Amino acid sequence: MSGQLRVITPGLATSVQDGGRIGQQRFGIPTSGALDRVAMAAANIIVGNAPDAAIVEMLYMGATFEVASASARVACVGLGATIEVIEDGTTRLVQPAQSIRLRHGARLKVAPGASAISCVLAIEGGIALPPVMGSRSTYARALLGGLDGRVLAAGDVLPLVLDDAEDRGEVRPGLDLAMPPRIRVVLGPQDDYFTPEAVASFLSAPYEVTRAADRMGIRLQGPPLAHEKGFNIVSDGIAPGSIQVPGDGQPIILLADRQTTGGYPKIATVASVDLPALGRSGPGTILNFEAISVEEAENLRREQAHAEAGWRDALQPVSGASTDSLYDANLISGVADAWMGD
Amino acid sequence: MSEQIAPRFLPSGDTALVVEFGDRMDRHLSALVLNLTRRLVDAKITGIVEMVPTFRSLMIHYDPLTVRARELEAQVAPLLDGLEGEAMTGARWIFPTCYDGEDLAPDLADVARTTGMSAAEVVALHTSVTHLVYIIGFLPGLPYMGDLPDRLHLPRRTSPRIRVAAGSVAIATNQTCIYPLDSPGGWHIIGRSAVPLFDRRRPNAVLLSPGDTVQFVSVKREVYDDMCAANAEGVFDIDTLRASA
Repeated sequence: MSGQLRVITPGLATSVQDGGRIGQQRFGIPTSGALDRVAMAAANIIVGNAPDAAIVEMLYMGATFEVASASARVACVGLGATIEVIEDGTTRLVQPAQSIRLRHGARLKVAPGASAISCVLAIEGGIALPPVMGSRSTYARALLGGLDGRVLAAGDVLPLVLDDAEDRGEVRPGLDLAMPPRIRVVLGPQDDYFTPEAVASFLSAPYEVTRAADRMGIRLQGPPLAHEKGFNIVSDGIAPGSIQVPGDGQPIILLADRQTTGGYPKIATVASVDLPALGRSGPGTILNFEAISVEEAENLRREQAHAEAGWRDALQPVSGASTDSLYDANLISGVADAWMGD
Repeated sequence: MSEQIAPRFLPSGDTALVVEFGDRMDRHLSALVLNLTRRLVDAKITGIVEMVPTFRSLMIHYDPLTVRARELEAQVAPLLDGLEGEAMTGARWIFPTCYDGEDLAPDLADVARTTGMSAAEVVALHTSVTHLVYIIGFLPGLPYMGDLPDRLHLPRRTSPRIRVAAGSVAIATNQTCIYPLDSPGGWHIIGRSAVPLFDRRRPNAVLLSPGDTVQFVSVKREVYDDMCAANAEGVFDIDTLRASA
């Protein structure tokens, strides 16, 4: 029998996302998918799902849910995310990144951290919505995926695969979703459209995430980047993390819901290892960029994937206050370091 | 016209590799891109996730856990030998389009004024040529088509519209596009087509492919309205839009 999760307050842009809609970009359909791939994978692994199973992503504002099944096991992951459980008339705070079993009628209030832009909620067994063009990710502009192709609204009911959580202990991986000290990028494909001074500035000056940040991309504010050959190119493809620079010289990092092609020169592309960190970068976050080679970027991504493959085995049982101190002291440092991408 | 251009491999991070044939929009470069895409589809190279052909380059999205850019480049390079510079023939479509009224063609009068023609002359010119679909991009199913007759070349509007209605046929620079969904847009809207470019009810939701050609035909508003009604009921037969051989 399947379960249900009711949306009490929906937040600002809460949507179902997964590993993304692959293979449709040549039709103009973006990949979508969770902004913070690492948070999604962690939340899923904590509740025993496949790493790229569908989750609920909250953007900017938190949301409140109510368990309408017999019970549900959930995990919330996000930089600085806060979680409150309201059950039997009492409210308790729960550490993020651990599994929690909630009984029928329990309410879960989840919010991204103050400096973060997103956090995710995974539910054991997954969300029972049909894939659309190969994915459950919501792409609201074309009404694809998720719940009727749109962001969640108050009163919505998300169908769950399980009506009752498995009978087992709760776990946490002891992870740390810190921001990398520098966002690593590979220069190009159009770095030759910029003056050498602009490239140097991009790699040395701090750039601040502005309020113009959403699932499509993040507009930055910093020293303007001067174009050497104009700011119009004949449109070409856009990769995840492409950093395009329109006429005003302010860079825009393109993310999950980005357009598939575009006509502004792209000075660099964020290395895939650091792309999830942009799903943690709310307005006001200062980003510093560092250029690395393609080979280095590939190596870092492989190291990150290797660490991820070990998470399932690194899950620790949750048993009251002692594990809270374990979490705070961040004793499982091997995993934590891998998360930081160092 | 068909001078030899050595393609360049450009990294776009560690998940995409660009094969760039040039920096212009022209039919020869486009044919090279589409023919390379076809060769790569047949070659089934491990690690390629998907490919996005554009006017002048091919973006190869790859899985960096499976293949490295260097290895990918080594496998793609031999396929560039003797690449055909002529396009394969795509599907030929006829798109009934209403070029009438302030609501459906809000910029037609402006375009006529700016280009020194009457509205009827603009429509006659736009329907006089066959438009080639170079790429699908920006929005699901949105075709970028060329090449517009010289007299219709205009820069984009100085202030883009917040909302352009789905089906709007719009021109800018040397191109025509059709907005498949309501969206922001900065092109000059000269008409409206009821042809559903993106419809999830079809097995192939996106109608057009690069290499297809479109002939616009001016129709009265009643014809446009009838097509809209048929679409809404899901009884519109897309095959009636195919040009007979």
